[in-house]
Amino acid sequence: MNTVYFDNNATTAVAPEVLEAMLPYLRDFYGNSSSMHTFGGQVAFALAEARSRVAALLGADPGEIIFTSCGTESDSTAICSALQTQPEKRHLITTRVEHPAILNAAQYWERQGYRVTCLDVDARGRLDQDEYLRALTDDTALVSIMFANNEVGNIYPIQRMAEAARERGVLFHTDAVQAVGKTPIDLSHMPVDMLSLSGHKIHAPKGIGVLYARRGVRFRPFLRGGHQERGRRAGTENVPYIVGLGMAAELARQRLQEERIEVARLRDKLEQGIVARVPDCMVNGDAENRLPNTTNIAFKNVEGEAILLMLDRLGICASSGSACTSGSLEPSHVLRAIGVPFTYAHGSVRLSLSRYTTEKEVDYVIEHLPGVIEKLRAISPYKK
Amino acid sequence: MWNYTQAVHDHFLHPHNAGPLEDANAIGEVGSIACGDALKLYLKISDQGLIENAGFETFGCASAIASSSVLTDMIKGKTVDDALKLTNRDIAGALGGLPKEKMHCSVMGQEALEAAIRQWKGEPPVPHALEEGRLVCKCFGVTDAQIIRAVGENGLKTLEEVTHYTKAGGACGDCRDEISQILATEFRQKPLTELKPVPRLTNVQRMQQVIKIIDEEIRPQLAADGGDIELVDVDGHRVMVGLRGRCSQCRSSDVTIRNLVEKLLREHVEPDLVVEEIQHEHRLF
Repeated sequence: MNTVYFDNNATTAVAPEVLEAMLPYLRDFYGNSSSMHTFGGQVAFALAEARSRVAALLGADPGEIIFTSCGTESDSTAICSALQTQPEKRHLITTRVEHPAILNAAQYWERQGYRVTCLDVDARGRLDQDEYLRALTDDTALVSIMFANNEVGNIYPIQRMAEAARERGVLFHTDAVQAVGKTPIDLSHMPVDMLSLSGHKIHAPKGIGVLYARRGVRFRPFLRGGHQERGRRAGTENVPYIVGLGMAAELARQRLQEERIEVARLRDKLEQGIVARVPDCMVNGDAENRLPNTTNIAFKNVEGEAILLMLDRLGICASSGSACTSGSLEPSHVLRAIGVPFTYAHGSVRLSLSRYTTEKEVDYVIEHLPGVIEKLRAISPYKK
Repeated sequence: MWNYTQAVHDHFLHPHNAGPLEDANAIGEVGSIACGDALKLYLKISDQGLIENAGFETFGCASAIASSSVLTDMIKGKTVDDALKLTNRDIAGALGGLPKEKMHCSVMGQEALEAAIRQWKGEPPVPHALEEGRLVCKCFGVTDAQIIRAVGENGLKTLEEVTHYTKAGGACGDCRDEISQILATEFRQKPLTELKPVPRLTNVQRMQQVIKIIDEEIRPQLAADGGDIELVDVDGHRVMVGLRGRCSQCRSSDVTIRNLVEKLLREHVEPDLVVEEIQHEHRLF
């Protein structure tokens, strides 16, 4: 049975070009870029090229790119740095729909005595801009707001929110793990101070991330030790993965404009195909402002884990914000924040596409998903 | 990804007895769509109290559907009285086990069965949330009576286990302190014999528990006959004691050691303890 992969917000396939670019640095060029000899020193050129490629994708300067181990490390580094460089400020602003990498870190700082404002969202997952402006104070050390939401795909108005923070003299960080490579980001025109991204969401392997830190923003390292990354992140550079991420960034930059249109076309076809064939379902999130690759559909009176396991039997990989999939007893924090009605919340399924998703795969899901819902509804005690 | 048994997969993908039963004369409903799972169990019970047929409708995850399916298999052909003897552990067992986070699915099956039979007997229906007892978890409508029962039947020890089995405390968390108090109270009230032995005690724990059982359980019984006991030493699983008072003269002291001392220590402390009697002249020190 073929794998029909619709879970690209969880992780993506490593691009063949990325793997090819990495192999020489796993096989042959194993030297340490800090070494004095030519054999080691030559990999420094590969690192520099990768750094330039990531910078180009973001509209940043290569000197503003810090390689980390993952998106979570980038997020934690950003928050800790902001708090440590401004010890007099004791307030953080974030949102209720952040990834746990931000939410749990914010909760940790709350326990350490910081005041944390978690901005609420409306029924489509949108932030209230007035509430945000009111939350900004002279005591605010950092605003951290995701560029795009992983579950429903909403894109947040980072340009506007970063500008408001800049005006108040507040540092602004964005977790752009889901947005990079899917929607254009130009940091040369966006007053974002720090940005996190993760390699494995853009067809590089797991285990590599980036923290962008704007030139001039005061910074404290999270990992202390050697001089790597100009003293901003100690630890021997993960050369093959950095090279891979550089290639992934280059591919994303070249193809972004074209791909976002094609991926959105397939996503829309998938979404419309399902909604037309399955009664009593609804699309979660903000249809006008969301990632081109994500759809989150809630099916009334059925439970998400049951849907996923039946899809799995058909080779279809998807994910759900239902309680039962995670072992928790409540629907995901994002669906709860949005206030998805409980008759629907447990039956939410996320389908996320990539550049490798084919029309045939979309048709396959449209063909098979309605039968799964029908089968589960037939044995559900709730019919209407 | 859950590590479900083949039986769970089979019952989920090809549920037995799915769908409502036209001629049902007993229906039990538990759970709610807000809680994330619900089961409506249909039974056809003969006048003699034999469950002739069963059907179900379930909203929930794979383990909820599989638990419902296997439950209908288990109760068909059983008398009402025999069916009532089934526990949630039997349901989970018939599926080859459930992940601990999913044990509440088996509890739901047991509760639906009881609700249906109560209805057939003409007893007031007791929906999930309104069972006798005080409401503890407001998110999932779980009462203290339900928690105490799950603790007793499944030997639950921690707050986390209570949540896995009853869902109580799994949402807002406001009732977690209260659940911990219920757990603490249950442990105090429970007769010692119902406590399961704690596996792999440290030497210190073993010694402390041996001393406790000797002081609280064994010595009072011997004292009633004018005897006494002294703990000489504990070495690994060997417990060395000396009988005192009248016991030291007693010809059946060996029986006392085996049937009273060793039996109680094995029950309460560790099942593989060996008790040896040390005579005065053989004292180790």
